[in-house]
Amino acid sequence: MIRSGYVHSFETFGSVDGPGIRFVVFLSGCAMRCQYCHNPDTWNMQTGKKFTPKEILESALKYRPYWGKDGGITVSGGEPLLQIDFVTELFRLAKEKGVHTTLDTAGGPYSENPLFQNRFQELMKYTDMVLIDIKELNSERHKELTGIDNAQILAMARHLSDLNKPMWIRHVLVPERTDFDEDLSALQAFINSLHCVEKVEVLPYHTLGVFKWEDMGMEYPLVGIEPPTKTRVENAKKILGCIK
Amino acid sequence: MLNFKQWNGFRGRIWKEKVDVREFIQKNYVPYDGDESFLKGPTDATNQLWKTLQTLQKEERKKGGVLDMETEQVSDLDVYGPGYIDEVNKELEKIVGLQTDKPLKRAFMPYGGIKVAESACHSYGYVPSEKLMEIFTKYHKTHNDGVFDIYTSEMKKARSNKIITGLPDAYGRGRIVGDYRRVALYGIDALIEAKTRDFHETEHHGMRSGDFRLREEVAEQIKALKGMKKMAQVYGFDISQPAKDAREAVQWVYFGYLAAIKTQNGAAMSVGRIGAFLDIYIQRDLEQGNITEVEAQELIDHMIMKFRMVKYARISAYNELFSGDPVWATLVVGGLGQDGRSLVSKTDFRILHTLNNMGPSPEPNMTVLYSSRLSQAFKKFSAHLSIETSSIQYENDDVMRPIWGDDYSICCCVSATQTGKEIQFFGARANMAKCLLYAITGGVDDKTREQVGPAYRPIDGDILEYDDFMGKFDQMMEWLAGLYVGTLNMIHYMHDKYYYEAAEMALINTDVRRTFATGMAGFSHVVDSISAMKYAKVRIIRDETGFPVDYETEGDYPRYGNDDDRADDIAVWLLHAFMEKLRKCHTYRDSEATTSILTITSNVVYGKATGATPDGRKDGEALAPGANPSYKAEKNGLLASLNSLTKLPYEEALDGISNTQTINPGALGHTKEERMQTLINVLDGYFDQGAHHLNVNVFGVEKLIDAMEHPEKEEYANFTIRVSGYAVKFIDLTREQQMDVIARTVHANM
Repeated sequence: MIRSGYVHSFETFGSVDGPGIRFVVFLSGCAMRCQYCHNPDTWNMQTGKKFTPKEILESALKYRPYWGKDGGITVSGGEPLLQIDFVTELFRLAKEKGVHTTLDTAGGPYSENPLFQNRFQELMKYTDMVLIDIKELNSERHKELTGIDNAQILAMARHLSDLNKPMWIRHVLVPERTDFDEDLSALQAFINSLHCVEKVEVLPYHTLGVFKWEDMGMEYPLVGIEPPTKTRVENAKKILGCIK
Repeated sequence: MLNFKQWNGFRGRIWKEKVDVREFIQKNYVPYDGDESFLKGPTDATNQLWKTLQTLQKEERKKGGVLDMETEQVSDLDVYGPGYIDEVNKELEKIVGLQTDKPLKRAFMPYGGIKVAESACHSYGYVPSEKLMEIFTKYHKTHNDGVFDIYTSEMKKARSNKIITGLPDAYGRGRIVGDYRRVALYGIDALIEAKTRDFHETEHHGMRSGDFRLREEVAEQIKALKGMKKMAQVYGFDISQPAKDAREAVQWVYFGYLAAIKTQNGAAMSVGRIGAFLDIYIQRDLEQGNITEVEAQELIDHMIMKFRMVKYARISAYNELFSGDPVWATLVVGGLGQDGRSLVSKTDFRILHTLNNMGPSPEPNMTVLYSSRLSQAFKKFSAHLSIETSSIQYENDDVMRPIWGDDYSICCCVSATQTGKEIQFFGARANMAKCLLYAITGGVDDKTREQVGPAYRPIDGDILEYDDFMGKFDQMMEWLAGLYVGTLNMIHYMHDKYYYEAAEMALINTDVRRTFATGMAGFSHVVDSISAMKYAKVRIIRDETGFPVDYETEGDYPRYGNDDDRADDIAVWLLHAFMEKLRKCHTYRDSEATTSILTITSNVVYGKATGATPDGRKDGEALAPGANPSYKAEKNGLLASLNSLTKLPYEEALDGISNTQTINPGALGHTKEERMQTLINVLDGYFDQGAHHLNVNVFGVEKLIDAMEHPEKEEYANFTIRVSGYAVKFIDLTREQQMDVIARTVHANM
C-alpha cells in the first residue's frame, strides 16, 4: 500500500532539525493555528505536491554522502502526524536502507483512540528520534495561542518517554505568549519527568515568516510583538536547563 | 652527486643527483595528525609590524588605493636598495625583502604594455618620467604593442565587443609558479650549474628557430639567477649556497618569490606549495634546539605578512574586472601523498594559524587541498578558520592528485599546475552567454549591433525552437573556439618574445610541460536558457527593427543548481561540447588545451556587456560567478546546488570549476562544535562525489549590508569574503559588486 503524501517542500541542508545534516521533508497540512507560525503556507494540505514514499527516499539518498555518521531524514511540516501512514511507509523504507529517521511534530493529532494508537505504534517502529514542540504548559494559554489545548501533546510526550524514544524538546519563546517564568518552570518539571530527552532547545521567536501571512491575505496576530531579548532567551535556557 | 653541509641530517639520494624537490620532501617530511594545540600566538615583533602595516594599508585606502608609485625606474631584480616595513625598526623583520624600496610602493613595470603602465600611473595622479616613456615608445617594444601589431580585425572586434574578454594582452599573463623552494634547497650556484648543463644539451647539428629560442630563454634564466643573488645581497644575504637553517630556508624561498614579483606583474602570482618543505627545516631546527615554536611561528607569520603586501600598479578598468586589488598569491596547504600519507605537516597548521595571529586577509589566497581522508584535527582546524574568517577555499585533492601528482600548486585562483615541471598559458574567458545570443542573431552583437561573428542565418521566428537553436549554437561555438584559441596563440607568442618570465622559468625544469588554459563565462545562463527552450516555450521579444532584445518564457523548466538531471545534463554537455572544440585547435608551443568555469569578480563586468538571455536574466545583469547556479535558481537548498556541481567532470575542465557559497552561521548549527562538524560533512560529501572547488563564506546577509553602509567601522577593516576564486576585503569591492554579492543566495534555515 504505497500512498502518496502531500509535500510542501524539501530542504536538502537541514542542520538544526535533528542530529547532523538532514534531508528535511516539509509536509503540508496542519490543524493548529499558532499565532506565531512562520509557515502558514503549509496549513492547507491540498496545496502540497504529491509524492510517493519511494520517490522521496530516492531524492533523500542523493544527499547521503553529506550525512556522515549522524545525519538522515527528518519529516516536518505542517504536521506530519496528519499523514501518519505515509510517514510510516517512508520511514519503513528508510530503515531498510539504514537511514536515521526523525519526526518533527507538534503532536496536535495525537490521541488515545486505539485506531490512532495502532498506527502510532507502527510509526514508532521505524522512528529513531522525535522532535516535539511544546508551546505552552499552561493549557489555557496554549489554547489561546494555537487553537487547541495541550493535553494530547503532553500525553504523546509521556507515551514516547515510556517507549524510551530519544527526544528533543523545543520551545519557541514568544514574548507575552510563551515567556512566563512560572510556565517555563512547569515545563522544566514536566521535561524532568520524561526519559530520553537528549536536548532541550529554546528557539527565539522571529518575524521572518510574517510576509507569508501578508501574501496569504491574512492578518498577522502578533503585530507589535518583537523577538525576545537576549536576557529573556538566556533566562528561558537557564530555567529549562538547556545548557548541560 | 652534490653534497652540502647544509644538508646534514637530510635523507635521500635522488634529489641530490638532480633538481627534484618533491623527492626531497617525500624522503624527509613528517606527517602531522595531531591538533592545533601546539601553535603559538604572535610575538611582540609580529604585532608591531602588523600594526604598522595596517596603518599603511589605511593610508593607502585614504589615498584612493595607492600609497606610492615609482615613476623613475623600471622594476628589476637589482634596481632597489633594501626596503623595510618600518625602516627604524627593521631588526624586527625576521623575513625581509620588498618589491620596491618602500612598503606598498608600486613598481613601474612597462614590458607588458607601456600604455597600461602609463595610465596606471595617471589613474593615481602620477606621471612616469619622460625618459622612461621615450625608451618604451621609441626604442623598446612591449608585449601589448606586439599583440596589436598582429591581431586580425576579427580578433579586435571580438575583443572590443567582449565576447572574448579579460585577455592578458596589456600586462603580465601570470599563472607561472616558479619552484621557489629550489633556491633554499640547492642555492643559486647549483641551479646555475644545472641550467648551464641544460643549455649545453640543447646544442645539436642543424639547429633551427625553436632551438635558438630555447637557448636564448635558458640564457635569460641564467642571467635571472645571477640577478637573484644580487637582489639578496642588497639585504645582506648570500643565497649562492643552500639554506642552512629554518630562517634561511624561509628567507631563501621568499627571495625566489620576490624575484618573480619584482620582474612580473601577472594577473596571478602564486606562491605555490611550501608547507611540508619548510617544515623539514623547522623540524630539524626544533629537534636540535636551535629555535622554539614561538620563533618558528614568527618566521611563518613574517613570511605571510610579506605575501599580504604584494601590490601592482593597475588601471581602473582592471579593478572593475578584478576588484579589491588581488594578486592571487595563492598558497596551498594540506593534501595527501601518492603513497597515501597525509602531506599535512605542522607548518601547514602554522600557515593557517596566521589567520589567527594576524586576523583574516584576502592574501595570500589560502587554499586547503581537501580530501575526506585528511585527519579530523586538520579538517576541524580549517573548518574553524573558515567559520571565523571566511578566508579559505577548498579544492579536491582526490580529483587533482591523479592528474597532477602530489606536488602540484595552485597557479591562479583555482587552477592546478605541477610545481617546477609545468607552466600554464593563461587565457581569460569566452563569454558563452554572448555566444548563445550570437547564435540567435547570426553573429550580430547584442549590445553594439556590430557584425562580430560570422553572418550565419539568424533565427527569424518568434519562438526559440530547441533543435533549430542547437544547430546554430554548435556552429557559433565552433567559430568562437577557433577565434579564441587563435587570439591566445598570438598573445602567448608575443608574451614569450617581449615579457618572458626568466626568473620564474629559471626555477622550473627546462623540459617544461605547458597547458593552455581557456575559460567559459556565463555558464549557468546558457544551461538554463537551453533548458527553457527544451522544456518550456521561449518567445523572442524584438524591437522595432526586429532585433531580439528580450525573451519571455511560458511554463516551468528545470534549472541548473537543483540536482535535477534534466538541467544538469545540459551543463555537462555544454562543458564537453566546448572543450571538444577547443581540443581541435592548434595551440601555441604544443600546449595542452584545458578549460575552466570560473570568472573571478569579472562576472559583474561581463554581465554588463551582455544583453538579456532566455533564462530570464535581464540586459546588463551580472552573470552568475564561475560555475555557480544563477541567482534565485536554487530552490532545494545548499546540497542540491552542490550536487549539481558534482556532476561536472573535472577531466573536462582541468583548469578548474569554481563554486562560491555563502552560509549563514545559524544554518550550520547552534554551537561551535556543531558548525565545524556540519561544514566538514558538507565538504566530505561534496568532494567525495568528485566536485573540484568550493569557496566557503560564513556570515549572514545583515553583516554584508551593514559593512556596505558603514565601511568605516573598525570591525570591517579586514572583513574578508571569498568570491569566485579569491578572497577580497569586502569594503574594497565596488558598490555594484557589493550589491551583487548580497543578491546571491545565502543559505539559511528558518
